[in-house]
Amino acid sequence: MLQIRAKLIYNKNITGNFFHLTLRAPRISGKCLPGQFISVKVNGPNEPLLRRPFGIHKVKGSDMEVLYEVVGRGTEILSQRKAGEYLDLIGPLGNGFDLGAFSGSRASSSPVIVAGGMGVAPLLFLAQRLRGLRASSPKLRTEVLIGAKTASSILCEKEFKNLGCDVKIATDDGSRGFKGYVSGLLERGLNTGRRPPIVIYACGPRLMLKEISRISEKYNAPAQASLEEHMACGIGACLGCVVNTKKGFERVCKEGPVFRANEIIWG
Amino acid sequence: MRKKEARLAVNIGKLKLKNPVMVASGTFGYAEEFADFMNLKQLGAVVTKTITLKPRQGNPPPRTCETPAGMLNSIGLENPGVDAFISKKLPILKKIGAPVIVSIASEGDPDEFISLAKRLDKINGAAAIELNISCPNIRGKTSLISQDPGSTFKVVKMVREVTGKTLITKLSPNVTDITEIAAAAEKAGSDAVSLINTLTGTSIDTDTKRPRIASVIAGLSGPAIRPVAVRMIWEVSRKIKIPIIGMGGIMDTPSALEFFIAGASAISTGTANFINPALSVEIISGLKKYLARNKLRDIKELVGTLKS
Ligand SMILES: Cc1cc2nc3c(=O)[nH]c(=O)nc-3n(C[C@H](O)[C@H](O)[C@H](O)COP(=O)(O)OP(=O)(O)OC[C@H]3O[C@@H](n4cnc5c(N)ncnc54)[C@H](O)[C@@H]3O)c2cc1C
Ligand SMILES: Cc1cc2nc3c(=O)[nH]c(=O)nc-3n(C[C@H](O)[C@H](O)[C@H](O)COP(=O)(O)O)c2cc1C
Repeated sequence: MLQIRAKLIYNKNITGNFFHLTLRAPRISGKCLPGQFISVKVNGPNEPLLRRPFGIHKVKGSDMEVLYEVVGRGTEILSQRKAGEYLDLIGPLGNGFDLGAFSGSRASSSPVIVAGGMGVAPLLFLAQRLRGLRASSPKLRTEVLIGAKTASSILCEKEFKNLGCDVKIATDDGSRGFKGYVSGLLERGLNTGRRPPIVIYACGPRLMLKEISRISEKYNAPAQASLEEHMACGIGACLGCVVNTKKGFERVCKEGPVFRANEIIWG
Repeated sequence: MRKKEARLAVNIGKLKLKNPVMVASGTFGYAEEFADFMNLKQLGAVVTKTITLKPRQGNPPPRTCETPAGMLNSIGLENPGVDAFISKKLPILKKIGAPVIVSIASEGDPDEFISLAKRLDKINGAAAIELNISCPNIRGKTSLISQDPGSTFKVVKMVREVTGKTLITKLSPNVTDITEIAAAAEKAGSDAVSLINTLTGTSIDTDTKRPRIASVIAGLSGPAIRPVAVRMIWEVSRKIKIPIIGMGGIMDTPSALEFFIAGASAISTGTANFINPALSVEIISGLKKYLARNKLRDIKELVGTLKS
């Protein structure tokens, strides 16, 4: 973990309330793993007071990208920050996704990424890394299921395709792809036809993750889920962001944000 | 010729601190979380998260939320219990080279303070004991020991009788007259008082009509409470002679200075550690600069200098 002042390179609205932020962070970018996050002080000292956590969306050399949605005061202020300014950030934080199943040539299973809404943010970085593993496992193909409310709010479809992923879409209103939740699309896939063993990587609303966890147990496919909780410190000190697991309360910022789905007591 | 640096060393009971900047209980984990951001050895002292006799899993989430210039928390004293603390956390804490002050609390029965103090009395890695008689976040508890001078006196005296270690009593601001409580702690033999713990508060999500913190009532901290803290330190300093460790919304050197001027002999950073993890060491150098600028040779010359 490092605390740095990172130069803001780019901060633009892409669609709806979604923004793309690029930060120059040479001392951090090289250390980031998919699923880890950074915490950003969006402006001066007291208002808003706490840092805001964001998943790492992409890493390119010394730059790192964040994909965020304006949902309140902190993200509103962030969206007004301009290229050339500096942001105080801490990172990389937390534990990322476990790619152990795909390292080395023995990779016998294939990754399925399931993203709900804003959940695409950290998963693109994961797809980027999985793509990198192809050098040693050329047959490795990543399937990506993206869920959104409606066709216009689908995020990152092109980016995943550019990484060679096999992308499928689900929308709540059926305006594109599968009509229904992205978890339903996952289950349909698992129901039809024989599949090689898979590892599920998921990020999205809690209810979606709970559903993924159920599907993962039913079809005996291990799943890793990236969780969110309100955070104060982001570095494991305040014990504020705990989630209930089979081992007791664990910190989303330290033991997480990525957990084995079957370890979580979803409630 | 190089001018001599101003002296920052202070004594709290038997405890000698190389500088008066400490980190407040519950806001610095067990220090290891901050090792990447500073040389921990520079700290005046580290106060641990409050430890109880038995492990506590703490309160259900959500446990924190942000409020104007502050935050609410209801962690519920999550901690591994004194045995695991001594075997797992203390060995790491001892290595950092700053004195470790162990914060302790009872889960209901005040006699637990005696057992905890006896246990720690023999442990040489525990430089001092802070009695947290002011935690607002234990379920089912409606009043705090530190809300009653009689109870405060009794508990401090009980602990005083079983340990020769430096004893610090941590006070709650959720009282009508904090000076009465501070005086009771002093009379019972406390070596110092630290104040303030959090103010109780509630925040509501108007869309769901639910409290933003699961336990409804939580503790408010951060810059929002600073004027309350400074006022209470000023009041207490005029009533007692033992040192005051001041805390509540310290965000930078100027806000730390307010506490010394009001009458604190030492200060603790709290919530601010979440935002700027290296703040404490910044304040240490900030204090040196301020003293030099004001031609003061010793931080003690600043304590209690409020002109009124
Ligand atoms: C590990 C992690 C990774 C995240 N990654 C992303 C990401 O890549 N892109 C993205 O857009 N968002 C991400 N978030 C959520 C993001 O942190 C919140 O949307 C943001 O903090 C809201 O701040 P605000 O001031 O705009 O909103 P506020 O006005 O503070 O609140 C608006 C809503 O945001 C949520 N929120 C507020 N503070 C926090 C907090 N500290 N932690 C979690 N949720 C909070 C609350 O549910 C609240 O209802 C992530 C959260 C976590 C915990
Ligand atoms: C998340 C959190 C946890 C805390 N836990 C404890 C604790 O375990 N014991 C204790 O005596 N005080 C605890 N406190 C209170 C702080 O030590 C301090 O007294 C208070 O927060 C005021 O200082 P601040 O405004 O600088 O944070 C906690 C505060 C916060 C924010």
